[in-house]
Amino acid sequence: MQYDVAVIGCGVVGAAVAYTLSKYKISVIVLEAENDVADISTKANTGILHAGYDPEPGSQMAKLNVDGVRMARELCEKLDVPVIWPGTFVVAFSDAEMQTVKELYDRGVANGIKDMEILDARRVHGMEPNLSPEIKSALFAPTSGVIYPWEYALAFIETAIRNDADLRRNFRVADIIKQEPSGYVLKSVSGELVRAKYVVNAAGLYSDFIHNLVSPPAFKILPARGEYFLLDTTEGNLVKHVIFQCPTDKGKGILVSPTARGNLIVGPNAVPGEKDDVKVTRSGLDYVEEYAKKSVPSLDLRTSIRNFAGVRANNDKNDFIISEAENAKGFIDLAGIKSPGLTSAPAIALECLDLLTKCGLPLEEKKSYVDTRKRIRFSELSVAEKQELVRKSPLYGRVICRCETITEGEIIDALRGPVPPVSVDGVKRRCGTGMGRCQGGFCGPRVMEILINERHISYKDLLKDKTGSFMLTGITKKQEETYEWNR
Amino acid sequence: MNGTANTYDLIVIGAGPAGLAAAVEAWNRGLKKILIVERAKEAGGILMQCIHNGFGLHYFKEELTGPEYAERFITMVDKTGIEIKLDTMVLDITSRKQVHMVNTKDGYQILEAKTIVLAMGCRERTRGAIGIPGTRPAGIYTAGTAQRLLNIEGYMPGTRILILGSGDIGLIMARRLTLEGAKVLACVELLPFSGGLTRNIVQCLNDFDIPLYLSHTITEIKGDKRVTGAVVMQLDGSRKPVPGTEMEFDCDTILLSVGLIPENELTKKADIRMDPRTKGAIVYENRETSVPGIFACGNAVHVHDLVDFVTEEGQLAGAGAAAYVQAGTKDGQTVELINGNDVGYTVPQHVRPEQMGDSTGIYFRVKSVHKEPCFISIKSGTAEIARLKRDHMAPGEMERISLTRDQLQNTTGKVSVSIEEGGTK
Repeated sequence: MQYDVAVIGCGVVGAAVAYTLSKYKISVIVLEAENDVADISTKANTGILHAGYDPEPGSQMAKLNVDGVRMARELCEKLDVPVIWPGTFVVAFSDAEMQTVKELYDRGVANGIKDMEILDARRVHGMEPNLSPEIKSALFAPTSGVIYPWEYALAFIETAIRNDADLRRNFRVADIIKQEPSGYVLKSVSGELVRAKYVVNAAGLYSDFIHNLVSPPAFKILPARGEYFLLDTTEGNLVKHVIFQCPTDKGKGILVSPTARGNLIVGPNAVPGEKDDVKVTRSGLDYVEEYAKKSVPSLDLRTSIRNFAGVRANNDKNDFIISEAENAKGFIDLAGIKSPGLTSAPAIALECLDLLTKCGLPLEEKKSYVDTRKRIRFSELSVAEKQELVRKSPLYGRVICRCETITEGEIIDALRGPVPPVSVDGVKRRCGTGMGRCQGGFCGPRVMEILINERHISYKDLLKDKTGSFMLTGITKKQEETYEWNR
Repeated sequence: MNGTANTYDLIVIGAGPAGLAAAVEAWNRGLKKILIVERAKEAGGILMQCIHNGFGLHYFKEELTGPEYAERFITMVDKTGIEIKLDTMVLDITSRKQVHMVNTKDGYQILEAKTIVLAMGCRERTRGAIGIPGTRPAGIYTAGTAQRLLNIEGYMPGTRILILGSGDIGLIMARRLTLEGAKVLACVELLPFSGGLTRNIVQCLNDFDIPLYLSHTITEIKGDKRVTGAVVMQLDGSRKPVPGTEMEFDCDTILLSVGLIPENELTKKADIRMDPRTKGAIVYENRETSVPGIFACGNAVHVHDLVDFVTEEGQLAGAGAAAYVQAGTKDGQTVELINGNDVGYTVPQHVRPEQMGDSTGIYFRVKSVHKEPCFISIKSGTAEIARLKRDHMAPGEMERISLTRDQLQNTTGKVSVSIEEGGTK
């Protein structure tokens, strides 16, 4: 069959596009190179929903950021995505930085952001007693939020699938062949073909490669790695707002922020690198520590439970690249979606919808479509709700992950959901197992067992995350004697 | 809420060696309505995956495996009227001694108790806690998780193993994996000495020609999908890697044996005072915490090396719980034990001489290795109230001394434990 639209990439942008398109009477397929959605830049970033004072007034970024953060409030509510709205501080340590804060304030006003304030030192320390006494003032933007980015993407793609969008994972686009008079054939590295009238390039770090398959090179992705510490929930109250330092040409600087799950996140630096280079380095972590302690001197990084790194899809333009590609009718680039890309994603999707319409895609809204999503999160229920839930479905009474209190029922829900996880980390991103202070030490073997049983796979195929990330290498000598009998 | 008829005399949280010993002791001392709550599907705790021998030398005067040691206490429990709920998670404890728990059979229950014994054990420190640079592929396990996969689930976690940290579980796993056909390339220890028991260094590394690199650490983990290697470097006196000492190991698995941390989420929920040194509750000689009637014992209080001492602590807590139900808490003088020279912590942290019986055991750990004979000096102010000689001491081997009521009764209220060098006095 020929799809109306093929979306390349199921990060938060591709997922938001699929969600938006799935409300219309068109056929949509999302092609994801990895074995899970939201598995590259979307899974490893700070998760900030920016208020919108950073981008240059008049830029596409400014508009989409401001629209995106406004849309997020309603989307998180109806798609059941955990989010907090603590607001951000941008702190100034010097007169020069106080000037920067003023410029950000003015930019925010020009971008239409409400309720911002410039706080003097006394109010800064009144609201955030753990901040450095060196801080002279701060911009306060109360409309910023913090979200779990992969859950945002999952909410979009799951809802799209409920509305009959297709998702194909492990489909890494190797080539795109233009058809006459219109349309495209997308070919995967393993030779599978997908046909579509329109193509949306939401390939993130690889969006330049995808663009260049159909159109003359127009931009280049400049990957920039960012390294993080994630601290235990015991530290989640060290600051109550997202604490930024003044931005530099390198990026928005090192922040200290609560997460939507009550941890504290610290980072990121910005190091130019390769697209697939997600290692953390001693020098990177030391840099993050030094700058974070400048804002919050009492920060105790011994409470870290995880380090990770993600790669930003920065580009060589000053803005997002959102347009129909040259010499490629009906091929829409959503490329170079750097920060604030997560915030902007739902607004970018609307922009994409607009571009597709202009390219001639007829859009008629479906009479009915799903626009809600509800997940059971045992730990968030009241005692009475927990009692009722376990009475009805006993599997919610078996706690698998004790750090985060995640039950077997929730894991089974994910495994039987619209985008079932295929790996231990896939379960982690959906349910939160292994996200706590023991980092899966206790629940890991039990999650493995559930994955093996529910997916009817051999232990040999058990993955930590990406294809090929095998967790087990064999069975023990004793086991070997009985293994064949048991299978 | 449940009426008094349903109130348990004692609810024990955790059916590992500490919890089992506490329950049996309380039963033997006359408590009859006792419940043990265990989150695993069987009792015995972490002992069940410790299939090597060496358990029980002090307590049973014989060498047992972990499951054998556990079985002895499970059998004792079976002979009593103690109830056990397995596969049951305690979600909350209130300072009014209500215990919230959930399982698939009884659902979500709130049970009340006159006393509670906290015996949740400990968990392993992870890679995140020590910040090892590099990628995050499959094949990185804490030693205890690998032990569970191997000994309980029957899976091999890897074929070419590098072990970071020389804690006892890492050492035991070096031998265990070798016996299962894996190649253990080396054990790498950050400190200039091992944190494990000497007998484990000898029996698990030396006997299998597995090198131990002291004052070394992993400086980078490599591999995109599965671990493909690791770089190890020597450390200087201030624990900084020495350039030029890089060694690359061609491993597919890294095991972390980098320390244990008492499990105390529930302790904190009950607003019990914690000790930042042990990361467990502050306890009295009978293992009562700062909340009257709530006791704590075993690895939840401080990390032990030997299960025999865990049992001893469990019995103290069980006896304490029985006395609390039967007689309540008595007020009286409290003596605080404080760290002296080279002592990292003491347990108990507080002693009530009037309630302690004739003598009480004090556990502590030294902070550095003492290869020459030295003295443990117990002082009240400047007055020495006890002095004990040791031929050798190390942070990896917990010390136990015994103090009498007479020694503790006439003190200033603060008693220090310190280490003094010199083998002549």
